[in-house]
Amino acid sequence: MSMRSASLQDDVGATLNADALRADARRESFGLLALLSPGLVLVLAVIIVPIGWLFWLSLFDEAGQMSAANYARFFEQASYIKTFVTTFKVAFTVTGACVVLGYPLAYMLSQLPRRAASICLIFVILPFWTSVLVRTYAWLVILQRKGLVNTWLMDLGVISQPLPLANNFAGVVIGMTHIMLPFLVLPLYASMKSIDTDCLRAGMNLGASPAATFRQIFLPLSLPGLASGVVIVFVLCLGFFVTPALMGGGKVIMWAMRMEQTTSLYSNWGAGAALGVVLLGVTLALLGLFQWLLGARATGVWSQR
Amino acid sequence: MLLSIARSALPIVIGGIEKRFGSVSVLHDLGLDVAAGEFLTLLGPSGSGKTTLLMILAGFVRANAGSIKVGGEEIIAMPPHRRNIGMVFQNYALFPHMNVFHNIAFPLKQRRVSAAETAERVGRALDLVQLKGLGERRVDQLSGGQRQRVALARAVVFEPRIVLMDEPLSALDKSLREHMQIELRNLHRRLGMTTVYVTHDQREAITMSDRIAVMNAGRIEQIDRPEVLYASPKTRFVAGFIGDSSFIPVECRDGSVWYQDRKIRMTAAAPSSGSHLMVARPEKLHLVSDGETAGKANVIPATVGDVIYQGDSFTCYAILRDGRQVALRDYCRSDALAKLPRPGEPVNLGIDADDVVLVAAD
Repeated sequence: MSMRSASLQDDVGATLNADALRADARRESFGLLALLSPGLVLVLAVIIVPIGWLFWLSLFDEAGQMSAANYARFFEQASYIKTFVTTFKVAFTVTGACVVLGYPLAYMLSQLPRRAASICLIFVILPFWTSVLVRTYAWLVILQRKGLVNTWLMDLGVISQPLPLANNFAGVVIGMTHIMLPFLVLPLYASMKSIDTDCLRAGMNLGASPAATFRQIFLPLSLPGLASGVVIVFVLCLGFFVTPALMGGGKVIMWAMRMEQTTSLYSNWGAGAALGVVLLGVTLALLGLFQWLLGARATGVWSQR
Repeated sequence: MLLSIARSALPIVIGGIEKRFGSVSVLHDLGLDVAAGEFLTLLGPSGSGKTTLLMILAGFVRANAGSIKVGGEEIIAMPPHRRNIGMVFQNYALFPHMNVFHNIAFPLKQRRVSAAETAERVGRALDLVQLKGLGERRVDQLSGGQRQRVALARAVVFEPRIVLMDEPLSALDKSLREHMQIELRNLHRRLGMTTVYVTHDQREAITMSDRIAVMNAGRIEQIDRPEVLYASPKTRFVAGFIGDSSFIPVECRDGSVWYQDRKIRMTAAAPSSGSHLMVARPEKLHLVSDGETAGKANVIPATVGDVIYQGDSFTCYAILRDGRQVALRDYCRSDALAKLPRPGEPVNLGIDADDVVLVAAD
């Protein structure tokens, strides 16, 4: 028996059943492709095609002639540059505010006992269940000239003039921070939760005070979660429309509002599409940058400090 | 200097430790002395309180009452980072965002040791655990055994007076674990630091320890050298937890010991009265053939139940007259195959008077 199988191997060498095995591998890949096809078709239909179309539209001016005029406009008109700067200013400020408020919140949640943490998490997620529009109007009611905050502060005698909290940059930042906060807290909480308690204990055991343990161990280990939260918040801010439109009082014009104006007010689809393409390009570039930074961390560059 | 630890090893005196979690008492009036430079193992099943005691020693868990003196200094209320105690964690607890060098350098950095001295001491610690040249490796590039060594190097590099180890080998596979046991033992001999080691593996405890404290339900049942614990367990729990044991009920009357109608001879002093259990270790029992004179041995008749051949030895499960099962193990010598007992066969089990140990029946 063993001799026969040995001679069989000698005869056919490496080709024993090779064709059948190759055909089986091919069948398996086709099968997997067939299973994937609904998803692929959907991605093609709702992402690739519309974005390609957007890009195509941006290449035509109002007369229907193919030109780069829609892109040249960004450099010619100062208002575009101003919008661009405002958008980034808002995005940076809101992201910063979210980090300042969200990091301690996520830290507290991660240190609470499981039951208390899940109850508190519900309060973090609760705002998701109401519409952004409703929440923005609520902020208007709270922050406007004769709103809750100003009335209380004046009744208490803290201020004599109402603070300008709505219909300006401050209003936009307050409203957007409220809406963006959960997007930062949730990934950050998840990453803090995954930090091994024994690592913190080891830090203290090896002579680091609680503050030093936090700085040298907890903080660096929570950075990946913070980075993903920051990316989500920042990218969402760049394209945000409802809150700046309502809370800005027409003084804070962001990229998405400019797009809306261009397409619905002036019906200039080419120019609107160009705005979209630029926003997409900038967002992708930022994501690439973050990816590069995170990648640097994974390869241990950060630990060299 | 790494090799100077032996001179500064300190004794630990633990007394009156009470620990309750809510209404559940985990440790009750626990006292324990560890000599300077001693390797002491806390051995017990899960829930016996051994890990809690270690956490109290390290300062991660606060006791309700008690005293821990290291070299005469009371440390029970001291925060963990001031205790100067090295600890090896069960899951290693290496810092994943630092490479091997920075992990080991961490305690030195906290103590503001100069860069040059840090490099030298980390190098020596890496040498000590046979990881020379792996300082730049990331933690996730190391095997389990290597991580274990890094954790060990990190726990001794700052020359702590005491080293605590919480089941440090339990995540390793069997052969590596046995290898590391010897290595840890040798490392302890070289450095001589007072070591408190926690495990639930009795074989590991016997292999490594100077003394073993057997813990059960929040108390220390017996504390002694491994060979004394094995040879003369004081309670049924210790006899059952260290080594394999079968228990044979005996009766003590008028200064002699009776198993049913047979008088049991024993070298040790017999208890004067009451029900006791005779500890029958598998390797202390032997088969007595019919013609043989029992000599000093006590003979207990039984029937062979099951025989398991294991290459170098065989284990025979024999059923006593009262239906109780006891295990007997013997080495297979050249003629043994022909003499292997057969199931159902009546046999006589012998146990030497020197080997008879009695513990109180529960």
